[in-house]
Amino acid sequence: MANEKSSPLPNQHPALGARLVQRFFRTPLDSVISTVTLTVLAYLAYHVLDWAVFNAIWTTPDGTSEVCRGVDGACWAVIQQRWRLILFGLFPYQEQWRSSLACVLLVVIVVMSCLPTFWTALRLTLIWVIGFIGFFLLMRGGIFGMSVIAPSEWGGLTLTAFFFVTCVLIGMPLAIALALLRRSPLPVVSGGAAIVIDCVRSLPLVTILFTAALILPFVLPGWLLGDKIWRVILGFALFYAVYQAEIIRGGIQSLPGGQDEAAKALGLSYFHRVTRIILPQAFRNALPPTINQLVITFKETSLIVIIGFFDVLASGSAAFGTGEWSFAYTEVYIFVALIYFVFVFSLSRYGAYLERRMRVGTN
Amino acid sequence: MLTLLRNAKFRGILFQVLFVLAVIGVLIAAVSVASKNISAQGMSAGFGFLERSTGFNIGFSVIEYSSNSSYGRLITVGIVNTVLLGTIGIVLANIVGLSVAMLRTASNESLRLLGAIYVETFRNVPLILQAIFWYSIVTNLPSPREAINPFAGVFLTSRGFFLPWINVHGWAIAIAMASIVAGLILSLWIGRSRRGAQIAVGRRKALRRGVWTVCGVVVVVALIQGRIPETSFVTVPQVKGLNFRGGISLPPEMSALMIAITLYGGAYISEIVRAGLQSVSRGQTEAAQSLGISAWHIFTRIRLPLAFRAVLPSLTNQYVWLFKATTLGIAVGYTDLFAVISVSINQSGQTFELIGILMLAFLIMNNAISFTFNQINRAIAIRGTQNRG
Repeated sequence: MANEKSSPLPNQHPALGARLVQRFFRTPLDSVISTVTLTVLAYLAYHVLDWAVFNAIWTTPDGTSEVCRGVDGACWAVIQQRWRLILFGLFPYQEQWRSSLACVLLVVIVVMSCLPTFWTALRLTLIWVIGFIGFFLLMRGGIFGMSVIAPSEWGGLTLTAFFFVTCVLIGMPLAIALALLRRSPLPVVSGGAAIVIDCVRSLPLVTILFTAALILPFVLPGWLLGDKIWRVILGFALFYAVYQAEIIRGGIQSLPGGQDEAAKALGLSYFHRVTRIILPQAFRNALPPTINQLVITFKETSLIVIIGFFDVLASGSAAFGTGEWSFAYTEVYIFVALIYFVFVFSLSRYGAYLERRMRVGTN
Repeated sequence: MLTLLRNAKFRGILFQVLFVLAVIGVLIAAVSVASKNISAQGMSAGFGFLERSTGFNIGFSVIEYSSNSSYGRLITVGIVNTVLLGTIGIVLANIVGLSVAMLRTASNESLRLLGAIYVETFRNVPLILQAIFWYSIVTNLPSPREAINPFAGVFLTSRGFFLPWINVHGWAIAIAMASIVAGLILSLWIGRSRRGAQIAVGRRKALRRGVWTVCGVVVVVALIQGRIPETSFVTVPQVKGLNFRGGISLPPEMSALMIAITLYGGAYISEIVRAGLQSVSRGQTEAAQSLGISAWHIFTRIRLPLAFRAVLPSLTNQYVWLFKATTLGIAVGYTDLFAVISVSINQSGQTFELIGILMLAFLIMNNAISFTFNQINRAIAIRGTQNRG
C-alpha cells in the first residue's frame, strides 16, 4: 500500500501532444514506420485536397462547362448544374418540393426508429406504416390537388430510398414467416421453406430481379401482372427476406429451449409464445447482423439500374452523359458515392453502437 | 369432425397435404399460363436451340468463339469467363484482405489507421458504382501509343491492360494451374487435418515433398508439351502500329471489374480475417513468445492457422458472394454467364430454358464452392466441446 501511495498515479489524461507521441512513436521502430506511413497518408491527402478543394471549380457563371476547360482540379460545377437530376431524376421540376419533402419524411422515420423509445413492435409498425403512406401519397399525388405522378416516373435518390424502404417493409414480415416455417415441426413445411431459402440464397440478385422484370410476365395471368416496379420490388423483397430469415432463425436458435417450454407449460398459445416470448428475444440477439444486412441491402438497391430503373446511379450517369459534361464523370461518381457513403457509414456506426450497448446489458 | 380437428397429429397431416396441394396448384396455373403465352407468341419450347448458330459476336472470350458458333458454345464461353473472373477475384481479394487485416491488427497505430481508411472507403460504396467508376477510369486512360508503363512489360491503356505472358496453349496452362492447386490442397490437408496429424512427423514431411515433386513434374511436362511451336517461351507486349502485339491483354471491362471486386471483396475479407485474428487468445501468442519463436513464425504458424479455422465458414460465404458478384459484368459489358444469357434471351427468345440454365449453373457453382470449403472446414475443425480458447 505504501508503495502505491509513493508512486504517483499515471496521468489518465495526458496532453494531446504526449498522447500522440505515446500512440505513434513509442519505440524507434514504431517511429520509423509511423513516419513513413503518415508521410504517405499526408502526401495522398494533399493530392486529394489539391484536386478536390484548392484547384476545384465550384460554380459556373453561364451554365456551361467552359470554366472547367484546362483546369487541374475537380469540376464541381457539374453538381451545381445537375444536382436536381441526380437527386430527383425526371420528376417534374415544379413538383420536386414533394420529392424532397418525402425524402425528409423518410429520414425522420429512420431517425425515430433508431431511438429506443420507439422500440416496441406497435410503435415501430405504426410510425413505419404512417410514414410510408405519407411518403407514397406525397410522391404519387392525387389528393389535395397534387397532380398524379406514377412510380415509373420517379427517379434519382428518391427512387433508391423508396425501393429500399418498400423492400424492407415487405421483406421483414416475409422473413419472420419464412424463419418460423423453417422451424416448423411438420417436415413438408420446414422442408419447403428450406428449399426456397437455400435456392434463392445461392442465386445472384441480378438474376432474381431479371426474372421478376422479364420472366414473370410470362407465367402470371394478366390481372395479377401489375407494374414492372412492383414485381421487381417483390423480387428484391424476397431476396432480402431469405437472408433476413436465416438471421432471425439464428436469433431464435440462440435462445435457451427453456423459454419456449416454460411458455408452453403456462398454457400460452402458439401465437402468444411466438409474438411475446420468442421473437422479442430473438430480435434482440439478431440485431447486429440485421443492421449489417440492411446496410448490404441498401447498397444492393443500386443493382436496379441493370434492369432499367432510373435510380441515383443511373441519374448520375445521365448527369454527365450529355456531351457537355462528359469529362466530369469522376466528380459525379464521387458525389453519388458520397451519398451512399454517408447513409451506409452512419448506419454501420449505429450498428456498432448498438452492439456495444447490448453487451453492456448482458454483462 | 371437430374432435378430429383438435387432434394435433391429424391437424399436422391435413395442413401438410393442403400445403402440397396449394404449391402444386400454383405451379400448374403458372405452367398453363406460360404455355399459353409461349404458343401465343409463336415460340417453341425445348433445348434444340443450343445447336443453332448464334449469328452475333461477343466481346471477350478465353475459348474460341465466332458468330458461327452455337448457343451451347456461347453459354460455355459465359461459364468459362465467370469462373475465370471469379477465381482471379477470389485470389486477389484474399491477398488484399489478408494484407489489410495484418495492417489493422498491427501494433503500430498509423498502420491500423491506414487499414481503417482503406476498409471504410471501399466497403461503404456499392460494388456496381465502383465497377462503373473504374470502367470510366480505364477507358479514359491514354491510347496504346502513349501507354502508362509502371513496370517493365506492363502497359496500361484505354484498350485494356497488357502484360507479359508465356506462349503456351490454354489447356496446358489449365493443367499446370490445376496441379498447383491440387498440390496446395493436398499439402495443406496433410499438414492441417486431423487425419494428417496421425501420420508421424518425418513421414508427413516426406509425403509433402513427394506431393510437390509430382506437381512440379506435371507443371513442367504440361508447359513443355503445350508450347506453341516456333515462338519464344515468354512474350512481352510491344507497340505495333495502333495497338500492342504479344503478351496477354486484359480488356477494359475485365480489368475494371477485377479491380472493383478485388478492392471491395478485399475490404470485406479483411474484416473477416481481422475478427479471426482477434479471436485468437493472447495466451497463444504469449506462450509462443516465451518459447522464443520468431514474430514471423508466430504469425504464420500459430495466429493465422487458428484465425483461419475460426473464420472459415464466414470466408466461404464471402467466396460464394464474390462468385455471384461477377454478374455485375453486364453493367460494364463483360461477357460473363449472366450477360451471355441475357443476350441469348433477346436473340433467341428461349426465355425459360436459358433462365433455367443460368440458375442451374449458379446453383452448381456456388454449391461446389460451399461443399469444398465445408469439407476443408470439417477436416480442420476441433472435435468435441472442449474449450481451447
